[in-house]
Amino acid sequence: MSELEHYTLTINGEDRHVSDAWIGESLLYVLRERLGLPGSKGACEQGECGSCTVYVDNAAVCSCLIMAATAVGTQIATVEGLNQDGSLTDVQQAFVSEGAVQCGFCTPGLVMAVHHLLDHNETPNEQEIKEALSGNICRCTGYGRIFAAVDSVISIRKSTAS
Amino acid sequence: MTITKTQRDILGSSALRPDGVSKVQGDFAFSSDLHAENMLWGATLRSPHPYARIISIDLSGAWKIAGVECVITAEDVPGQLTYGLISEDQPVFAKDFVRYMGEPVAAVAADHPETCRRALAAIVVVYEVLTPLTNPEHAIDEAREPIHPDGNIIRRQQIIHGDVNATAPIVVEGTYDIGMQDQAFLGTESALAIPDHDGAGIEVFVATQWLHEDRKQMAKCLALPEEKVRLVLGGVGGAFGAREDISLQVHTALLAMRTSRPVKMQYGREESFFGHVHRHPAQIWMRHHANTDGRIVKIEARFVFDGGAYSSTSSAVLINGVTHTQGPYQCPNAIVDGYAVRTNNPPCGAMRGFGVVQACFAHEGQMDKLAVATGIDEVEIRLRNIIHTGDTMITGQVLESVAPLERCIRETAAMPLPREMEAHPHELDLPGGSGRTADRRNIVRGIGWGVSMKNLMYSEGFDDYSTARCTLTNGSVELKFATSEVGQGFVTLAPQIARSVLGVDNVTYDTIDTQIGSAGSTSASRQTWMSGGAVDGACRMVRERLFEHVGALHGIDPLRLAIDDTDVVDTIGSLRITVQEASTNFTVSETFEYHHRPTQDLDDNGQGNCHVAFAFVAHRAVVDVDVELGLVKVVQIATAQDVGRVLNPMSVIGQIEGGIAQGLGLAVMEEIIVTNGIVRNPSFTDYLLPTALDAPQVLISMIEEPDPQAPMGAKGVGEAPCISVTPAIVAAIRNATGKSIDRCPVRPQDICF
Ligand code: FES
Ligand code: FES
Repeated sequence: MSELEHYTLTINGEDRHVSDAWIGESLLYVLRERLGLPGSKGACEQGECGSCTVYVDNAAVCSCLIMAATAVGTQIATVEGLNQDGSLTDVQQAFVSEGAVQCGFCTPGLVMAVHHLLDHNETPNEQEIKEALSGNICRCTGYGRIFAAVDSVISIRKSTAS
Repeated sequence: MTITKTQRDILGSSALRPDGVSKVQGDFAFSSDLHAENMLWGATLRSPHPYARIISIDLSGAWKIAGVECVITAEDVPGQLTYGLISEDQPVFAKDFVRYMGEPVAAVAADHPETCRRALAAIVVVYEVLTPLTNPEHAIDEAREPIHPDGNIIRRQQIIHGDVNATAPIVVEGTYDIGMQDQAFLGTESALAIPDHDGAGIEVFVATQWLHEDRKQMAKCLALPEEKVRLVLGGVGGAFGAREDISLQVHTALLAMRTSRPVKMQYGREESFFGHVHRHPAQIWMRHHANTDGRIVKIEARFVFDGGAYSSTSSAVLINGVTHTQGPYQCPNAIVDGYAVRTNNPPCGAMRGFGVVQACFAHEGQMDKLAVATGIDEVEIRLRNIIHTGDTMITGQVLESVAPLERCIRETAAMPLPREMEAHPHELDLPGGSGRTADRRNIVRGIGWGVSMKNLMYSEGFDDYSTARCTLTNGSVELKFATSEVGQGFVTLAPQIARSVLGVDNVTYDTIDTQIGSAGSTSASRQTWMSGGAVDGACRMVRERLFEHVGALHGIDPLRLAIDDTDVVDTIGSLRITVQEASTNFTVSETFEYHHRPTQDLDDNGQGNCHVAFAFVAHRAVVDVDVELGLVKVVQIATAQDVGRVLNPMSVIGQIEGGIAQGLGLAVMEEIIVTNGIVRNPSFTDYLLPTALDAPQVLISMIEEPDPQAPMGAKGVGEAPCISVTPAIVAAIRNATGKSIDRCPVRPQDICF
């Protein structure tokens, strides 16, 4: 293709150079196909499912809706950057142990959404949890075990804080 | 629901998924995450018309685009031009006619998805647009010319049982419509095909439900011997029936063979709506004759399943539908007529519940009508009619499965109802949720019931066996099977079985591929029973060999040996050694094929032992309805499900909660809207799926009455949760509104007008 671009993105604290990219590529595409970060998933590429959730300057956004080239100069965080030493965050651990993962396609996006919620609200009530996760579709679980995972993180954080 | 964790991850424990850690880290390789050196992207050109004659296809524009490496049409298919699960009636690429909107016409391979998009746009297809056949009744009445050489009726099946002239004082009837539901798995169709260096074969990584069946169909179309087509399961992002038919498999493989380069194909969400079959929309008429005590004397019924343009599994869906006419109730006399027909609507096939969802929606509507007509309460009328082990069904088949239906209903009825809605509820607790205008004063609460039975495994004489291999060495076990893991958790269960049978803790499983015999499909609630049975069988064979080995070493009759926890013990002597020690420097490997008991075809009167086994479930739904706006909030679902034996409580709960959400979707929001063969809402913006805000409280009781026919006593649990929850919710809406609503999903206009 003609119209190829070069730019640098800051992802999980690291500068990552993107070369020979078509200008129309979404951030999701660039993460997955050019930068070897396939943890963010694409299930609708229309901003409806949340499986592509990343943080751009600490805001949780659908990476499928952002042109990568417009994210130059921002701080981008993906699921791969949650715990770079390979261990699990408390949210990830709770997803595994509470059975919140089935096929797992929604999981990285949901893990990002739950971290985002708890970073901004340490003790969300049921409605706040449901509202915060309502942009993330899970087709397998019916959400019950996902709520159980969130509840378990909240109570573990509470008990370790006190 | 609290889940207790036991010490070892054996059967009965809530063992954790072995792939859980990689999935939460975003490391797990879904088929769409795969890459190969020098890879091209593939894409498909699809018909914009539901029915048209192809006059010409001009590919020259696509070939001229830099970066395009290959463009193919039906002319390029080296082998059989059509494929299909039951009858091979679906073209790999449309040749003379397109018969549904979205039918593949050509495919391209290029260096970038955007190049592919431009190449598809540059292909010129001239169509002579024809009037589509979209009314299933017109497929039956033969008013229209056949739209396919195989005719417009895919299958007709009648059931005539008992005294067809029988009648009774109470007669109720209804016509029920079920909408077209999409499986909407999150991980869209994707595959990576890598041609062999010598060009004589191909390896394909694909997200599918049944590797061996895909391979069989692909080999025919590619004109390759089956052993030259090697399939490996790419990580699967959900399935629910939509991956039972092949979609992009042949296209991807063909592009790779033509270009001698790896080719990856992945559907976007819109394309996915056109790329797989859906749940059949159906119209079902039923008339129940009953005595004044509520007992059913006769059922008359007519089923019409709209199969869409190609047959897929329509004929099997039809059989499931008509043979479940009676639902989980006794019925001595029946006359049923059922059709699965071909139209120019989107092709329909497998989706969780497979024909029984539709039948259940009708028979449960009828049970409620019967309750009203007899003045008997809706729980009592069901209890009076329930089927028992040993009863004869309308197919003449005797129900052999354990049938704890009364417990399912009574335990569901005993669960607590939710609190009344508060005087000033949070807006998110109102129907419609945030930002809507539901008014507390217009909210009415309703309660409804649904009860069902569902056949397990394949029917009508089909031997859907499964194969597994178990290798024990130095206290560790490696399992091998071709069972598609689609999220249901077979990869959790299989090691649990090995740990229980062999007393080992370290169990791994090999790549899931076609390098072992078939496991059959991950569908029909069958893998716990079938592949679980195969793993159990292979492990038991290995255990016998281990006992022979230990017996020989210690001069003990192997029949005296048993596994106790992680030890081999002499049951009447003092020997006790760990399995680890017993298998040191000892390797044994055994392969086992599990077959379920044989079944039979139905005869012309629909008589025959066609099903293997059944599972039962009851659902009670509580809904809040804004009668002014027609909005519904499902507040609570209570359910008791016959599971045989719980092998992994957390997995079973996950299946139940997930199935309920899908049944809720069909009840109040999910429908592919098709007008004149045109799909109107192929996106997640317009096709609504349940979100966290739609999730009701779910109360669960797992009824454990181990079935002696089932390996390990366990019945499949995947489908039952989504079957009678839909009619239960719709019954609750009827109860709240007083309206007779005989269709699903229920739309606002069905409530307010
Ligand atoms: S892929 Fe971005 S929201 Fe669905
Ligand atoms: S686990 Fe499959 S979509 Fe959520």
